[in-house]
Amino acid sequence: MELAAAAALGKFIGAGLACIGMGGSAMGVGNVAGNFLAGALRNPSAAAGQTATLFIGIAFAEALGIFSFLVALLLMFAV
Amino acid sequence: MATAEQSEGLTFHPMDQFIVKPLFGGDAVGMLTPTNVTLWMALTVLAITALFVLGTRGRAIIPSRMQSVAELAYGFVHKMVEDVAGKDALKFFPYIFTLFCFIVFSNFLGLLPKAFTTTSHIAVTAVMAVAVFLTVTIVGFVKNGAGFLSLFWVSSAPLALRPVLALIEIISYFVRPVSHSIRLAGNMMAGHAVIKVFAAFAPLILLSGIGVVVTPLSILAITAMYGLEILVAFIQAYVFTILTCVYLKDALHPHH
Repeated sequence: MELAAAAALGKFIGAGLACIGMGGSAMGVGNVAGNFLAGALRNPSAAAGQTATLFIGIAFAEALGIFSFLVALLLMFAV
Repeated sequence: MATAEQSEGLTFHPMDQFIVKPLFGGDAVGMLTPTNVTLWMALTVLAITALFVLGTRGRAIIPSRMQSVAELAYGFVHKMVEDVAGKDALKFFPYIFTLFCFIVFSNFLGLLPKAFTTTSHIAVTAVMAVAVFLTVTIVGFVKNGAGFLSLFWVSSAPLALRPVLALIEIISYFVRPVSHSIRLAGNMMAGHAVIKVFAAFAPLILLSGIGVVVTPLSILAITAMYGLEILVAFIQAYVFTILTCVYLKDALHPHH
């Protein structure tokens, strides 16, 4: 196969593989939100004070998924 | 190969909406060229000024709708700064409120059809994130002197673990501006690109038989994504602001 064609193929495969990382981030966000809900249903009066922590946790988990999205974008448009 | 032929029928690329173009013709974008980014940033600033200047001009005891919105936004961020970063962080409230307003307004203005989302560019969010990073670092050293470095020295951990933890803490400290900026830009970019991808599928009804199924589905998907984007536009502004507060708290009270 020609080198340029192989490089293009690798680019697309790499971008697709990078998207697997988003699945991990999805599990992380679901884990945070699910555990928050479980805790909030046990003690609803304490839940309101912890929404900030919930969003911080979601943001940290989500950032890593965004990194993989960024890698996919870099492969598609910058490499 | 049918899909390849169909995709050639698309008239736009999902990432085309993020191209920075000069407003008044030409292709060269220099330092001072008015571009669509400048236009939408100016509109953002205008909208914020309109809300807060016109909204609070009356200073009514029974607030009008606009005054209520302005007061709600002010109180929301004020409470956030006080709760997360502590009372002594209220000196930085104007800065944090400015950041929040700018992000929330440019996110929502970017949702208008044909609009340009300024916060979808890493260049824009990186300026804000690096500004926060520098502010927090300088404030930390001015307030605590060398004691700020105890942020990296986890005194509650066993002594043998502390150097390892210090290394991890230092790395995570310097990754902050990166993740802080990419989170906002990535979220905005991803959402808008997804809407455009579905929008590209919508005119398939003109091309082929399967379009009868695809077109209503994609229009439904655009509607659903748009609803999600309204949520994301606010949540990302909230997250950016609250993380700024968390970083500020670390700078003011670095001891674990």
